[in-house]
Amino acid sequence: MLQKTGEKYLKEGVLPHMWCSGCGIGVMLGALLRSFEELGYAKNEVVVVTGIGCTGKADDYLVTNALHTTHGRALAFATGIKAVRPELKIVALMGDGDSVTIGGNHFIHAARRNIDVTAIVNNNFNYGMTGGQASGTTPGGKLSSTTLYGNPEDDFDISALACTAGANYVARTTIAHGWEMQQLIKEALTKKGFSLVEVLSPCPTNYGKRNKMGEPLDMLRWLRKNCVPSDAYAKLGEAEKEGSFIIGKLCERDKPDFNTRYAEIQEKAMSV
Amino acid sequence: MSKVERKVRLIQGNEAIAAGAVYAGAGFYAGYPITPSSEIMNDAARLMPRVGGIFVQMEDEIGSIAAVVGASLGGAKAFTATSGPGFSLMQENLGVAVMGEVPCVLINVQRSGPSTGLATKPGQADIMQVRWGRHGDQTIIALCPGSVPECFLLTVKAFNLSEKFRVPVVLVTDEVIAHARQNFAIPEPGEIPLVERKSPAGPPEKYRPFDAEEDGVAPLAAYGGEYVFHISSSMHGPDGYSNNNPDNAIWRIKQLHEKIEMHRDEIVMTNTYDTDDMDVLLVACGATTGASRAAALEARRNGIRAGVLHLVTIWPFPDREVKELAGRVKKVVVPEMNYAGQVAGEVQKVIGPDTELTRVNKYNGQIITPRDILEVL
Amino acid sequence: MRDKKETKNGITEVVLAGSGGQGLISSGIMLGEAAILEDKNVMQSASYGIAQRGGLSIAEVIISDSEILFQHVESPDIVLTLTEESVKLYEPLAEKGVPVFYDTMLAEKRTGDNFYGYPFTEMAGVLGHSGMANVIALGAMAVRSGMIKAESLEEVLRERFAGETLEMNIKALYKGVGLVSG
Repeated sequence: MLQKTGEKYLKEGVLPHMWCSGCGIGVMLGALLRSFEELGYAKNEVVVVTGIGCTGKADDYLVTNALHTTHGRALAFATGIKAVRPELKIVALMGDGDSVTIGGNHFIHAARRNIDVTAIVNNNFNYGMTGGQASGTTPGGKLSSTTLYGNPEDDFDISALACTAGANYVARTTIAHGWEMQQLIKEALTKKGFSLVEVLSPCPTNYGKRNKMGEPLDMLRWLRKNCVPSDAYAKLGEAEKEGSFIIGKLCERDKPDFNTRYAEIQEKAMSV
Repeated sequence: MSKVERKVRLIQGNEAIAAGAVYAGAGFYAGYPITPSSEIMNDAARLMPRVGGIFVQMEDEIGSIAAVVGASLGGAKAFTATSGPGFSLMQENLGVAVMGEVPCVLINVQRSGPSTGLATKPGQADIMQVRWGRHGDQTIIALCPGSVPECFLLTVKAFNLSEKFRVPVVLVTDEVIAHARQNFAIPEPGEIPLVERKSPAGPPEKYRPFDAEEDGVAPLAAYGGEYVFHISSSMHGPDGYSNNNPDNAIWRIKQLHEKIEMHRDEIVMTNTYDTDDMDVLLVACGATTGASRAAALEARRNGIRAGVLHLVTIWPFPDREVKELAGRVKKVVVPEMNYAGQVAGEVQKVIGPDTELTRVNKYNGQIITPRDILEVL
Repeated sequence: MRDKKETKNGITEVVLAGSGGQGLISSGIMLGEAAILEDKNVMQSASYGIAQRGGLSIAEVIISDSEILFQHVESPDIVLTLTEESVKLYEPLAEKGVPVFYDTMLAEKRTGDNFYGYPFTEMAGVLGHSGMANVIALGAMAVRSGMIKAESLEEVLRERFAGETLEMNIKALYKGVGLVSG
């Protein structure tokens, strides 16, 4: 069997891509496109919605339908498309700034509304495009161009946020776990209701450089070392848990999605 | 033409807007509650599912207009309604609709500001925000109903213009008109022609979503059909992909403006009352239209020949219409519910700095009355 | 603006004033709907504060044979007041010949021409529900001003209500009619 490359969804002549060497976005995008191909998605049945930031540039590489929007609002645009086109596969590709910092309100409400959209969040712990400022996921104490003396604020746990807000499917992975990442993305894409895959990802140029992981491989090693499946995480001591991330599927439910429930509303309204 | 028997109802301005949207074929509403526009949302919640459409109560106004743009690209006629504070929040994503040439209708029921202001009281201080509220180089179509029946008729018109020219259209009303009730018979289906956006017809692999045709408008596909396409808020080429070339930017900015300019005469609508023999011209829009007409009639009873120009379209500004009428009179009066004279400023620009303009400004949250206007006649 | 003695060309301007929650806006709508049944033009508007209940609430109705231009009442032809505060606001009009109806249970007694005090709320309570006070008042005002036929108001009630509620409301309407014509 031929290996699926996802190349058929890639615009001709766009490589090499714009992202820095050692950046995880290209790896994440590759996993997404291979997932599309393995699931047999046609280009016209997919809409990729992006916001602003390094991850927000991804649509320019794709030949699926796409909507490139404003900073933080990709999920709100995606909600409108999905509401009127329930048969389409809607993917919102965002960074940590886009999804849970400026766009936090749309993020929690998309999960609560259980709109059948797959959010894929490239979490690289800072704003890469604007020069490495702290985001809502920069851990406490860490350095960035706006936390020169250490971050006085703690970070969001993106996955826990989505899970608490009501998402039907939540998984965390890293770009250092390529095969698992692809499996989780496929599960998320096929799951009805709001699904999230949080992809922990290196930003050697900004976050890595300021936090003693300036070489592309440094952050990969750090992700490898500090990301553990939930059963292994449970065995860790309290000190080790601090700074570690649980990866894998974190939460799954089967609540009916917004469109399913709205179809019932339409039926009721029409019978009045 | 035989007159169709229609049931006359007492209908509120906001209800007339929601009914107009349904009449125009709207299939999607996303919004966030805000006085004095909330009745539009309540009616949309009731009516959308009954016509097979969708209503989503979003988490804020930013998300509301975003969802509207998304739904429109999915092929639905989509709309939202808000008031000043919410309109401010919608500006950035309204810009996406401009840049992406996405048809949609946004209703702004003006209330008294600034900021939270007098939340339940009328104002007309968003005239400039409608035109210039978004960053960047762009233009907009905005209509301004002067009565409850016009709320219905101009909502239908707003959808039609929006679909025809692939643009967002803002319906700018105010608390007075929005909450007033008047007798009105909703037209039967088919009485007012409806416009649907141009769909692409060529081979799918050749489709480029920003290739304008002779009329300045590019056909728009819907997501999920055979045409695959990109829409972008970033500067883009005819294919919808990012394009940083300076020449491309020139083409793009010109195209956004020119398609409105090309159709200016079709878009700009005005009503005139008793302007044939007038010595004094009143220029009005929205709630002040009724007060101006009442004042003009009263003035005529007192021997002053006054006429009224109602700006049905406020953007693009009816400059030629204002200039032509203002050129025939000794005095031009612009009553409006704001301090700075946002409409008066535009009128002054048209008639020139040397022609005297009489302003009537009220900004205490109360409507301008015929008496307020008569005082300056 | 207009002298009361001057003819108003078939225009009647009505003010219904009281506090939020008294059903004044609904009454204004009913009055407007009744006028539409008589092929009149109608403009109905309201003034209210941010509170859904309490506070001064005013419903205005303009009924006219010709096109109504301005949205608000400029010189009322008949007024209903359901709180002391609103009677105070409108009582100067009585001296100018405008009938001012008020609820004697909710406001101090007024003497002098053109005051029409009745215990609307109490009467409505006896009929079955104090919320029908407005309907009694509308019946009385319709007859006093000649602005609308009681039958038109009855038709509006028949469109709005059914069963026992409808019967009660119709009784209330004609109770009001009887107050003035009696």
